[in-house]
Amino acid sequence: MTVQYETKFGSLKSYEKGRVEAIDDDVKHYAFSNCFEIANKSAPYQKVVFGQNQIYVLEALRSEGVSPWFTCAHDEFALNMDTDVEVHLIKLDAAQTVQDPEKDGAVLVQGEPRGQKMGWMKLRRGHQGMLPKNTAYQFRATEPGVLVLQTCKGDLSVEKWADICQTT
Amino acid sequence: MNAPTELAKVIASQPDATLGYKDFQLGSFGFRRDEYFAHIAWKTRDGRPLSHTMDIGSFLRALMRDVGWGFFYGGVNFDDVFGTVNHYSSVDMQAGAFNGTMKAAGVDLLENFPTEQIRATFEQILNDWTNACFDPFAAPQETGTPYGRKNGNNTPAITRARELASRCVGLKGDLNLRSDERGAPVNRGFADVPQDQPELHPEPGFENEVHAFNLFGFLSRSQVTWNPSFTSVVKHSYMCPTTEEHILPIMHSNDRVEWFFQMSDEIAWDCADKNTGKPLARVIMKAGDMAAMPAYCRHQGYSPKRSMLLVWENGSPKLVYEIQNGEAPEVPVSF
Repeated sequence: MTVQYETKFGSLKSYEKGRVEAIDDDVKHYAFSNCFEIANKSAPYQKVVFGQNQIYVLEALRSEGVSPWFTCAHDEFALNMDTDVEVHLIKLDAAQTVQDPEKDGAVLVQGEPRGQKMGWMKLRRGHQGMLPKNTAYQFRATEPGVLVLQTCKGDLSVEKWADICQTT
Repeated sequence: MNAPTELAKVIASQPDATLGYKDFQLGSFGFRRDEYFAHIAWKTRDGRPLSHTMDIGSFLRALMRDVGWGFFYGGVNFDDVFGTVNHYSSVDMQAGAFNGTMKAAGVDLLENFPTEQIRATFEQILNDWTNACFDPFAAPQETGTPYGRKNGNNTPAITRARELASRCVGLKGDLNLRSDERGAPVNRGFADVPQDQPELHPEPGFENEVHAFNLFGFLSRSQVTWNPSFTSVVKHSYMCPTTEEHILPIMHSNDRVEWFFQMSDEIAWDCADKNTGKPLARVIMKAGDMAAMPAYCRHQGYSPKRSMLLVWENGSPKLVYEIQNGEAPEVPVSF
């Protein structure tokens, strides 16, 4: 008989958090957190850093309603961990792109984005979408969910490690 | 420096008349297998003979990762005695050098080899000692036995190329999606994972920029365990997701901070001091959990059911030297 397995994912509404069991170390050195717990305590589209390695970060975002328009000088990627999210893309006119090509992290588009509509995509749980450099992108979600962004630390990145990580 | 052809020479015996396997020698280390075990022998720094024995399945699974990963970032400990340390143009092979008791007793040995030389030897050991029925990349329930006498080879399984996207999986000209047709059926442990692809609505001319793919579906079709792919890349930030089942066949010693994002199910990690093996912590990770492995630790994971783990790496070629020079911290963040 074939054995059936159930794959366990998490969601804002239902998740079980693990833990660090210290033996002889400081639990803070493991920076242990949970993306659903973070998003449950975050404002919509607040870019909460929950992984950092020098200039690079992973950010946990609560997707809820319509986000501002963001843009970035480098590629970013959004992984959907929960409910459906639409991503709308516009190829920005040069005047609205990030002028420093080496600048890290996303910034807000100033004013309404101007440029050619590129199209849109719908991401369900487990889908990962590309946010190409020098475009404007906007998230639209009809119910709260969680996105994980692969990006670099920038002006909008929020660090609140003591609030999100296990400390004892 | 020896010429590349010299480095590629492997010192091997004729096959054993009864068991059928070859013995191998690299520097001061000798390797021999029988029906159940791998035996490693060396001379201590003061000239005494010492030996170490591992279950052959555990040894081959660890050797597979060392070969398949190109010796990986930092140290690959086959167990608490034997392993390698990558220096990116050369590799240390060691026995007891990162075991507190053996180090203190002075019975450890560490020798450095050009990468081509140790790779050539390890590849031949792996090829000679892996029988036709055994896949060292597979979960234990998905492969045959590693035990017994010489019975053919499994070259296709042990020479799988790592799947490395340069920008994002599924983009034109980049790493392809996995499918039944490409020999990647859905794994039994992920039969319930949705296989739908994202809705894409690109305007004409933007078909290769309005792009998304089903990462969980991609992972559900992984044929190997504990073997990260690259699926998306931002500068030197690499998303390296992988599917895990049973035990990570090595204890990985970091030479940089490494991050784990548990995307499904559960993995328990044992963390220890990378130099001595002293236990430091257990990390229990469930779906949605994020944790860092500090640069001073080594870690080994246990996944009771096949799970999806995102290993997130900073692949900057400067990073390891910045940590060695004290310019970068060994811990992920301070707060």
